[in-house]
Amino acid sequence: MISMEFLVASGIGFVTALGIYLLLRGRSYPVVLGLSLLGYAVNVFIFAMGRLWQSAPPILGSGAVCADPLPQALVLTAIVIGFATTGFVIELALRSRQEGGTDHVDGRRDAPEAPAAAEPRP
Amino acid sequence: MMSTLMNHLPVLVVLLPAFTAMTLLLLGDAGSDEHGGHGHARLQWARRIALGSGLLGLALAALAVQQASEGVLQVYRVGDWPAPYGIALVLDRLGALMLLLTALVALPALWYACGGWDGHGRHFHALFQFQLMGLNGAFVTGDLFNLFVFFEVLLIASYVLMAHGLGRERLRVGLQYVVLNLAASALFLVGVALIYAKTGTLNLADLALRVAEVQGPDAALLKAGALILLVVFGFKAALLPLAMWLPATYAASCAPVAALFAIMTKVGVYAILRVHGVVFGVGAGDSALVAEPLLLPLALGTSVLGVLGALAANTFQRLVAWLTVASVGTVLVALGLYQTAAWAAALYYLVNSTLVVAALFLLAELLAAQRGVAGARLEPASALAQPALLGLMMLLGAASAAGLPPLPGFIGKLMLLEAAGPHPWQVPVWCVVLGAGFLTLVGLARAGSILFWHVREDLPATASGASAKLLLPTLALLTATVAMSVFADPLQRYTQAAAEQLLEREAYARAVLGPQALSEPTTRPYRFEPPAQETRP
Repeated sequence: MISMEFLVASGIGFVTALGIYLLLRGRSYPVVLGLSLLGYAVNVFIFAMGRLWQSAPPILGSGAVCADPLPQALVLTAIVIGFATTGFVIELALRSRQEGGTDHVDGRRDAPEAPAAAEPRP
Repeated sequence: MMSTLMNHLPVLVVLLPAFTAMTLLLLGDAGSDEHGGHGHARLQWARRIALGSGLLGLALAALAVQQASEGVLQVYRVGDWPAPYGIALVLDRLGALMLLLTALVALPALWYACGGWDGHGRHFHALFQFQLMGLNGAFVTGDLFNLFVFFEVLLIASYVLMAHGLGRERLRVGLQYVVLNLAASALFLVGVALIYAKTGTLNLADLALRVAEVQGPDAALLKAGALILLVVFGFKAALLPLAMWLPATYAASCAPVAALFAIMTKVGVYAILRVHGVVFGVGAGDSALVAEPLLLPLALGTSVLGVLGALAANTFQRLVAWLTVASVGTVLVALGLYQTAAWAAALYYLVNSTLVVAALFLLAELLAAQRGVAGARLEPASALAQPALLGLMMLLGAASAAGLPPLPGFIGKLMLLEAAGPHPWQVPVWCVVLGAGFLTLVGLARAGSILFWHVREDLPATASGASAKLLLPTLALLTATVAMSVFADPLQRYTQAAAEQLLEREAYARAVLGPQALSEPTTRPYRFEPPAQETRP
């Protein structure tokens, strides 16, 4: 039986790895995707830092057990901030592409493409 | 009235820029019409409101310093939630000093921006106030996660301010700046989560008590969290391997924004002092002094890298940006010595170097505007319109940056060298600090001789000098550095007291958590551990 901890930990690790790979790409779109994936992984990580619980409410009530509510509140804040910044970075990448004519993060020009095959004339 | 004001002082310094920014947003934007907003009535009003709020902020910060200098540690519980559960804002000597420094840099930068830059894009004044809100919040908060939130507030304002004025270069560098900062924010969250997992609290006062109780393998994870935070704060402060983003970013920003950004690296320094200097400092049990073996060598390297970059810079803006890196290196060297006297020197030098760097950024643009097509590039160009005035300003700034007596840069470095006396790393610290000062002088002398003396006779001299609207803010910043020299004695006593106050963990904990904090066993768990998983059939 695979434990829940193992599944969550390896899942976070896998998504982080994907995020870092995409973050290191040269075009702005994969970089933005990488940032989002990294954000997801970090959010689940914070969530897991309150320990993993089964059938425990995140609020003190009549029951004896209760899951730690604080990381859940932290995650909410982190999600909101992450969403806003992702929106902003997409807009910035689009503006940069418009002004610079390339979506390479270093502003490198694309190699001149081979001239497109002449359209067949009717 | 006055007592109400003083009671709410810690939250007022955050609320004032927040409400000013919202008012400015409601007022509407003047920078987007076809004339660039110049002379527009709305822009005039935005300037008045922003400057008025800046003056009020300066007054509040001065009140905070005055109160803190009497040794008062003011704690403000937001919403009156008891301390480790709710968010506490704390105003101590260090926080008050940083607030005053922020206001002192922000006001001239704002004044300078009112000379025309604010009309070159949208919502400049509102964003500037949001940035101030983030900065002030980061300096008063007593909670690690709240520090993250204020970091994000100041960063997201800085993303837009950095790209203010647009243009290809700004957008390209801006995208890199944003992506790097977002990655750093993700790391910040990982570090905070690790620390929470092992201590069950994020309140800085509570953390300082609990970190000492974490032992053995748990302390290893806690240290990992602390070192991840060192990476994040080191990135913001431009510590050695993470400093490369700074020169391009600061050199590409427009002058008032770059001047304001001079304080942003200091936020990283401040966070390192609070977290790694105090929480993970002396007396933190198994995790004590976790950053010490890294901080000093990296800071020395940062100083060397900064001055080498300054020597190699091809524009004056880049040179000043590299000097920012070098000054951060010097401040962090002092922090890395982990001694009260060295921390006092660090705070004194930090205030001085921030003011000088901000003034040099403004001066760089004044110079560039009078050099025709060459701009700020360090190459012979047409003669300046006001060589004597700008030359004197340059001399003053350069002498203070390089640490020549009697300017405050010298006093700060002298304090640092004295404090390093008994330390085992004394020789490298002395060599690097003195060598960096000398090379700074060489770099600035080279820049100055090119800018002022290598005049190309074939080009016509620039006719128009800088307007008083731009000159006065720059002069104000330089005057502030000279004033630091005049009032060196009270300032030194203040920074010494601030450094001593930082190490009084117990007084801090009592003030934030209440008088029972130390007598009660602090190991009470905030949460239950999940029961061992039942074996399934």
